[in-house]
Amino acid sequence: MNKAVANSRETQSPDDAMIDFIDVHKWFGDFHVLRGINLTIRKQERIVICGPSGSGKSTLIRCINRLEEHQRGRIIVDGIEMTNNIKNIEKVRAEVGMVFQHFNLFPHLTILENLTLGPLWVRKVPKAEAEDAAMHYLEKVHIAEQAQKYPGQLSGGQQQRVAIARSLSMNPKVMLFDEPTSALDPEMIKEVLDVMIELAQEGMTMIVVTHEMGFAKSVAHGVLFMDYGQIVEGNTPEEFFKNPQHERTKLFLSQILH
Amino acid sequence: MHAYVQDKPSPELKPPVTQVGAIGWARNNLFNGWFNSILTILTLLLLWKVVPPFFEWAFLDSVWTTTHQGCKEATGACWSIIYRNFRFIIFGFYPYEQHWRPLLAMLILIGLLFYSRDRTHWNKYLGYGWILGLAFMGVLMRGGILGLEHVESTQWGGLPLTLLLSVFGLTAAYPLGVILSLGRQSKLPALKLLCVLYIELIRGVPLISLLFMSSIIFPLFLPEGVTFNKILRAQVAIILFTGAYIAEVVRGGLQAMSRGQYEAAESLGLNYYLTMRLVILPQALKIVIPPTVSILISAFKDTSLVVIIALWDLLKTTQSVLSNPEWMGFSREAYLFIAILYFLGCFSMSNYSRKLERELSRKD
Repeated sequence: MNKAVANSRETQSPDDAMIDFIDVHKWFGDFHVLRGINLTIRKQERIVICGPSGSGKSTLIRCINRLEEHQRGRIIVDGIEMTNNIKNIEKVRAEVGMVFQHFNLFPHLTILENLTLGPLWVRKVPKAEAEDAAMHYLEKVHIAEQAQKYPGQLSGGQQQRVAIARSLSMNPKVMLFDEPTSALDPEMIKEVLDVMIELAQEGMTMIVVTHEMGFAKSVAHGVLFMDYGQIVEGNTPEEFFKNPQHERTKLFLSQILH
Repeated sequence: MHAYVQDKPSPELKPPVTQVGAIGWARNNLFNGWFNSILTILTLLLLWKVVPPFFEWAFLDSVWTTTHQGCKEATGACWSIIYRNFRFIIFGFYPYEQHWRPLLAMLILIGLLFYSRDRTHWNKYLGYGWILGLAFMGVLMRGGILGLEHVESTQWGGLPLTLLLSVFGLTAAYPLGVILSLGRQSKLPALKLLCVLYIELIRGVPLISLLFMSSIIFPLFLPEGVTFNKILRAQVAIILFTGAYIAEVVRGGLQAMSRGQYEAAESLGLNYYLTMRLVILPQALKIVIPPTVSILISAFKDTSLVVIIALWDLLKTTQSVLSNPEWMGFSREAYLFIAILYFLGCFSMSNYSRKLERELSRKD
C-alpha cells in the first residue's frame, strides 16, 4: 500500500492493483458510514484494518464482495467494477474468499461438504476432485481428521479454521477476514492466527479487519486506522505502532495496547 | 475457604432404587406429589369405567358377519354394516367387477409411499418409479386402453378418491407453498405483492367456499361446451388452499435463518437459486417439519369436504350406506370404521415426520 495513493487520486492505480476504491461513499439510511474511501491494494499485499466499532471497517471490506452496496464512487476488484450486474458480482465473489466473525458454516452439511459446496456448484469441479482438494485444504488448516463431522461438533477455533479452508477451497485471489478471532475464546485465537500467518507466508492477498496487533506486526504490509467512515491513517506496521501521526490513532492504540 | 479435598478417586455408585426401574418411573411420572397422585387415581377410575363397557360392546357382544336382521337382535356393536357394505364404502360406484383395478392402484400407491419412507432410497430411479407408478395407476383407474373397460371419473369414489385427492393435493401443495414463501420474501415488489395477495386471499376464505367456486362459479367462465373434470377442479382447489398455508409456515422457517447463512453462501459465489436450494431451504424446511405436517394432516382430513360438491369420497359412501333403511341406526360402527382409516393415514404421517426429524437432527 502506498500512502500517496491512499490519500489522493492524482496517480493512476498501478497495474498490479487487486482492489481499487475510488471515492467510495455509503450510507445506512441517513448514517454516512463510508465517507470518501480511496484505497488501492495490490496483489499479494496484506492489509490490516483497525479502528473503533462503528468506524466502517467491516462495511468497507463487505463492499469488496458486495455484501454491502456502495452508493457513490467506484470499486474495482481484479479488473471488474462492482455494479448491479449480478453475473459480475458472482464472478467476483467466487474469486474473493470471506471469513466471518461468526464462522457461518453450513450446519446441515459435514465439514467436507461445507468445503466442496462451492467448487461443485460454482466451479463445476467433479466430485472426486473437489473432495481431494477439500482434504488438502483441511490438512492445511490442521483439521483433516474432522472431515466427516458436522460444524456443531467442533470448537469455535476449529470452526473458524474450517471456514478459512472453505474459502480457500474456491482457490480465491483475495481473502477477506472480518474480525475472525473476535468471537473466539482466548485459548483458540492462536490456532486461527497461526493458520492465517501460514496463509500470509504463502503470498495470499489478505485484508484483515482485526485488533490483533501482533498479527499486524508480524505479517501485514500496511495498517489502516479507520474512524468515522474515513481512513484516518495508513502506514507500515513499524511506523504505525512506533510513530502514530494522528491524535485519534494515538488514543485508539493506547486503549488497545495496554 | 474450607474445602474437603478428595485425593483418591471415588468409586462409581449406582443411583438409589427409588430413582430407577419401574418403581422409580412410577414415582417420577405418576405419583410425583399429591396433586399428580390424585390425577393418576382419577384417571385409573375413569379408565375402569370406560374401557370394559367399550370392550364388551365392541368385541364380546358384537356381531360381525350377520345381515341387518342379526344386527337388530345383537346387544353389542354391529360390525356387519362394514362387512356387508365393505366394497361400496371403499370403492363407491366403481363398477363392481372392476374393483380389482382401484385396489391394485391403491396397493401400488401404498407400496411406493412405504418404499419412499427410507431416505436412502431417494434417487432418480425412485423418481422414475413414481412417474411410472402414477401413470399406471391412472391407466388402471380410467381404463379405455389395454382392453380395460373405460370408467368415467364420475364413478370414482370411496377410498381411492380420498387417497387421490390427498396424495396429489399434498405433494403439489408443498412445492407451491415453498415457491410462494420465497416469492413473498422476494426483493421484486411486483412478485412479492402478488404472493402476498394470493396467500392472504386464499387464507381469507374457507375451503368450502373455494370448493363451491371451483364447482359452480368456475364453469360459468368457461365457453359453452367446455367442461372440466369435477375431481380435477376439486383437486386444484385443495392444492391452492393448502399451498397458501404451507407458504406461511415455510416463511417462518426462512425467517429463522440467520443473515450469516445467506452471506456465507453468497460469498462463495452461489447464485440465488443455489443458495436457496443448497443452504437455506434444507435448514428452513427442517425447522418447520412439525407445523408443516400439521397442515398436511389437516388437509388430508379436509379432503372429506368434497362431499359438498357431490364427490363420493370415503365419508360420502359411508353416509350413503347409513341412509339405506336396512342399516339405519348403525352410524356409530360406520363412523368408527372411517375414523380408524383416517387415523391410520394421519398417524403414519405424524409418525413419519418424527422419524424424519430424528434422522435430520442426528447431524447437528
